[in-house]
Amino acid sequence: MSESPPAIEVHNVSKRFRLYHERNQSLKAAVMRGGRARYEEFWALDDVSFQVEAGTTFGLVGENGSGKSTMLKCLARILRPNKGSIDVRGKVSALLELGAGFHAELSGRENVFLNGSILGLSKRELTARFDDIVAFAGLERFIDMPVKNYSSGMYVRLGFSVAINVDPDVLLIDEVLAVGDEQFQRRCLERVADLREQGKTIVVVTHSLNTVRSLCDDAVWLDHGKVQAAGRAGEVADEYLGQVHVDHEAADAGEGTRWGSGQVRLTRVELLGADGEPADQVHTGDKVSFRLHYDAREPVPRPVFGLGVSTVEGIQVTSPNTREAQVVADHISGTGTVDLEVERLLLLPGTYAVSAACTDETITHTFDHRHRALHFDVKPGIPHETFGGLVSFDGRWRID
Amino acid sequence: MTKLHEITSRRELFVNLTLRELRGKYKRSALGWAWSLLNPLTTMAIYSFVFGYFLKVTPDPGDPSELKSFAFYLICGLIPFNFVSNALNGAAVTLTGNANLVNKTYFPREILVGANTGSWLVQFFIELGLLSVALVFVGNVVLVWLPLILLMVAIETVFVLGLALMLAPAAVYFRDLQHLIVLVMQVWFFSAPIVYPISYVTDRFPVGSWQYTLYSLNPMVRFVGAYRDLMYNLRAPSFGDVAYLMVVAAAVMVAGAWVFGRLEGRLAEEL
Repeated sequence: MSESPPAIEVHNVSKRFRLYHERNQSLKAAVMRGGRARYEEFWALDDVSFQVEAGTTFGLVGENGSGKSTMLKCLARILRPNKGSIDVRGKVSALLELGAGFHAELSGRENVFLNGSILGLSKRELTARFDDIVAFAGLERFIDMPVKNYSSGMYVRLGFSVAINVDPDVLLIDEVLAVGDEQFQRRCLERVADLREQGKTIVVVTHSLNTVRSLCDDAVWLDHGKVQAAGRAGEVADEYLGQVHVDHEAADAGEGTRWGSGQVRLTRVELLGADGEPADQVHTGDKVSFRLHYDAREPVPRPVFGLGVSTVEGIQVTSPNTREAQVVADHISGTGTVDLEVERLLLLPGTYAVSAACTDETITHTFDHRHRALHFDVKPGIPHETFGGLVSFDGRWRID
Repeated sequence: MTKLHEITSRRELFVNLTLRELRGKYKRSALGWAWSLLNPLTTMAIYSFVFGYFLKVTPDPGDPSELKSFAFYLICGLIPFNFVSNALNGAAVTLTGNANLVNKTYFPREILVGANTGSWLVQFFIELGLLSVALVFVGNVVLVWLPLILLMVAIETVFVLGLALMLAPAAVYFRDLQHLIVLVMQVWFFSAPIVYPISYVTDRFPVGSWQYTLYSLNPMVRFVGAYRDLMYNLRAPSFGDVAYLMVVAAAVMVAGAWVFGRLEGRLAEEL
């Protein structure tokens, strides 16, 4: 382990916001009231401490209003904490809003230089990186056009491209990666992964547990401005998942936690072996089925069923659902089963966990979600591969 | 001190934001930059007509330049005043107008105020340059006085920047301050000898009377006097005036930096 000091140290930081009763921001109103504005105070951050080791990726997780974005803005020095201290070592770049400070009337080229200098790049650095920036955004043909004629996607792409080229020591990201088309998002994530490998310190604000698990080394879970948990990302994510969404009434069966509104309940999740009997151990290449038993207390139109298969360490392997497979039931009521038949299970030996969920048509409302409702072991089978990994390609070697 | 170092290390940003203000202002307008000159020219034409022609305001001829022109007399005071007026009106909206930057990015916020003042300073220089050329045409060779003119511009810029640093954050907390500033600027305009010669005041309240002393505390009175001495009369301004303005400008600047530091803490939340 290196002995370098932490990249970010946050000591007992508290941030107070004022909630004004009447938003009277005028001298006239101040005179009429004969004094100061009336407001209530609330603590968006309450005695928060943590540190981020140099070269690691750190997650700030929490629900909306938990203070995670406020924390990020404090790290970026946009907000000033009322108490406590924050030390950030090195050059900071904050991706809070892409293209902040673009001037609509100016061309893309002029805005690259303007935005770049806002983010702390010198003209020389910008000139050297200009072609990269434009190429990454894919805007070669449009770079001399005023940005007001850009589509929102082009705008965001250029903004990200400038921000990512700042070459910061510490990069702060506020869920901005959820913009642009899928291809661009993937390139953004690759770029962030590059920076990670170059040993940059990255702080991500997110409420996506997948992001935390796959991207972060450590994490802090904030709730109502207080630290609920801190530590390794996987543990914090589990704790967050376990406590935030717990529907205590529903925690009857299975070892995992569950949440949801309960119109539909997943009463059992099973793995059926080749013989059609429940199994907790199968082999690579076996024909298997995953069976969800549901109980709909009232008729539910067009529900979506889904599975999430992951390793016990938390790496997601696959997440099939009925919506994407375009298998839709008009409505369900009472009890029944949903099967996912797998002709050949191409998982390599190991222990896997299965989560199951039933949601509404749009996958925004969860009826029932059972986290890690089932575990099963995969034993060596055919194809026989024992050199590690999660899945087999089931390919054929040919040597000519 | 660390703050000062931080600001000076972001010179390029200051230049870029100033350019942005300048470029954004007249882009997409048919006359472009001509607009920026049309404004003072129109004001000059109106005042020359009303005060010079109808009301027969006759300033003393330039001493020693012998120049006799109400229009030139007026504009030598009008241009320096417009710099103050434009920059302060601009300062009142520069933070609210750039709320997006303040909310989403970090850099010393003073730079935004500085860039706004800077953009009006550029305008001031262009006007001064054109005025100097016009003055040479009518026989006032102002070039000799250029160093002193630049000194006055420097003092005035410090003065304006100090005021702008107080106004800009205050205008975030009190959004109607920008309307108040328009009113104050009108009063300020007529409180200085721009459209009338200072002799109109001294005839009534002789130099040394308490009324005149009060009147001449107004820095604008002395700025206008100094620029007029340098460009219209072609003589050096009084040392006392320049010294007074230096002290006032320095005091305003210190106060401005202090006020800005006090008020900037909650800028991002209030915007």
